[in-house]
Amino acid sequence: MTLSATGLTLSRGPRQLFAGLSFTLMPGHALVLRGANGSGKTTLLRVLAGLTVADGGDLRWNGERWTALCASQRVASLYLGHTNALKDELSAAENLAENLAFDGVKVADSLQRQCLDSMGLADRQHLPARRLSQGQKRRVGLARLALARKPLWLLDEPTNALDAEGVALFSTVVAGHLQHGGMACIATHLPLALAAPVHELVLGEVPG
Amino acid sequence: MNAAAVQTVIEPAPVVVMPEHAVWLAAGRDLRLGLRSRAELVQALMFLVIVVSLFPLAVGPESALLKRIASGVVWVAALLSVLLTLPRMFAADFVDGTLEQLVMSPYPLPLIAAGKMLAHWLMSGLPLTLIAPLLGLQFGLEANELVVLVASLMLGTPILSMIGAIGAALTLGVRGGSILMALLVLPLYVPVLIFGSGAVEQAMTSLDYSANLSLLGAGLLLGALVIPFAVASALRISLD
Repeated sequence: MTLSATGLTLSRGPRQLFAGLSFTLMPGHALVLRGANGSGKTTLLRVLAGLTVADGGDLRWNGERWTALCASQRVASLYLGHTNALKDELSAAENLAENLAFDGVKVADSLQRQCLDSMGLADRQHLPARRLSQGQKRRVGLARLALARKPLWLLDEPTNALDAEGVALFSTVVAGHLQHGGMACIATHLPLALAAPVHELVLGEVPG
Repeated sequence: MNAAAVQTVIEPAPVVVMPEHAVWLAAGRDLRLGLRSRAELVQALMFLVIVVSLFPLAVGPESALLKRIASGVVWVAALLSVLLTLPRMFAADFVDGTLEQLVMSPYPLPLIAAGKMLAHWLMSGLPLTLIAPLLGLQFGLEANELVVLVASLMLGTPILSMIGAIGAALTLGVRGGSILMALLVLPLYVPVLIFGSGAVEQAMTSLDYSANLSLLGAGLLLGALVIPFAVASALRISLD
C-alpha cells in the first residue's frame, strides 16, 4: 500500500497554492502538513480526498491512478474536516452508527459503545449532538476514525477544540493506526508526539 | 485515559458495501431526521391547506367557478408546498459536513441521492397526496374526479421531488440560494403541472384522462433512471 503524488498543482484565482508537489507515503508513516493559515493545507487534503480536483498532477494508490472520488479512493480514505459531520438531532451513539454505516463497515453496537466510553463520552452517548461541546463532538469523530479502519486518514486540524487529554487520546488512536500499517495525512499546528515515522511537508513556500 | 481500551478497539473491520443498500440507508437516515423535527413536516402541510383555502375567500363562494379551478389550485399549492421543503434535502447536510461524508462514502452517490429523494417524497409529496381529497371536497369535486386528482399527485409529486433535488443541489452554498432555486425549478415544474391538473380537468369534462396519467408515469420512470445521476454530479460540483 502506497500513496504517491506526483506534480500536484493547484491555483485558486491568481494564487498558486502548490505546484509540482510530489511525495510518497508508505504504510505506517504519517505526513504532517504545516504552513501558515491559507497556505493550502485544507485544499491539499481535499485533493487527496477527491473533493477538490487538482489543476495538474497525478495521485496514485498502489500504482492505480485516482481520479477524483473514484471507487477505490472512497473505499480507502477517510476525511475528517473542520466540521464534525454530526447531525444535531441525533445522539452521539446514533451519529457514530450512521457514519460507520455510510463508511461501509459493520461494527457491533457493544464495540461502538466501548469505543465511545474510551473516548470519555460514557455518560454523553445518548445526548443529542447539539448539546455536546466542540471537543466532545471531535471525540465522536475520533471514535469513528478508530472504528472505520480505513487505510488512509486525512485529518484537517484534528486536535482543534480538544483538551490535553483529548490530544493524548488522538495521539494514541493515530499511533495505533500507524502501527497496524495505516497511513495518515494530518494538517496541524501542534507538535505531534508520534513514535511512528513522521514526514513534514511545509506548504506556502512556492514562489509566485 | 484508558489507552488499552482504545487499542483493543482498533481491530480490522471489513468494509462491506452492498451498493443497493445505499438507497435504504440514505432514505432511512433522512426519515429518521425528519421525524425528529416533525414540526417542519406539519408546517408544509398547513401551508398547503391554507393556500388552497384562500381561493374560495378570494374569488367568492360561487361553486361552479370553484369547481372549475379546483385542480389547478390544488396542483399549484402542492407545487409551492414541495418547493418550500426542498432546501431541507441537502442544505443542512451541507452546513454540518455530512454531505461531504456522503459524497466520499464507498456507496454510489447516485443511489444515496435516490434515497434522499425518496425520503423527501415520503415526507412531502405523499402526505400532501393523502390530504388532497379533503381539499378537493372543499371545492365540490366528485368522487371519480378526486380519484384522478390523487392519482395525478401520486405520480406527479415524486417528479417534483426529483427535479427539485437538482435545483437544491446546484444552489448549495450560493447566497440567496433559495430564491435562485425557485427560479430554476419552477419552470421545470410546468410540464408536471400541465399534465397533472389537465388529467383532473379532463375527468371533469368526461374526457379520457389516461393519456395525461401515462405521461406522468413515463416522466416518473424516466426521472427515476436519469435524475439520481444528475443530482450526484451537481453535488460533486457544489462541494468542489
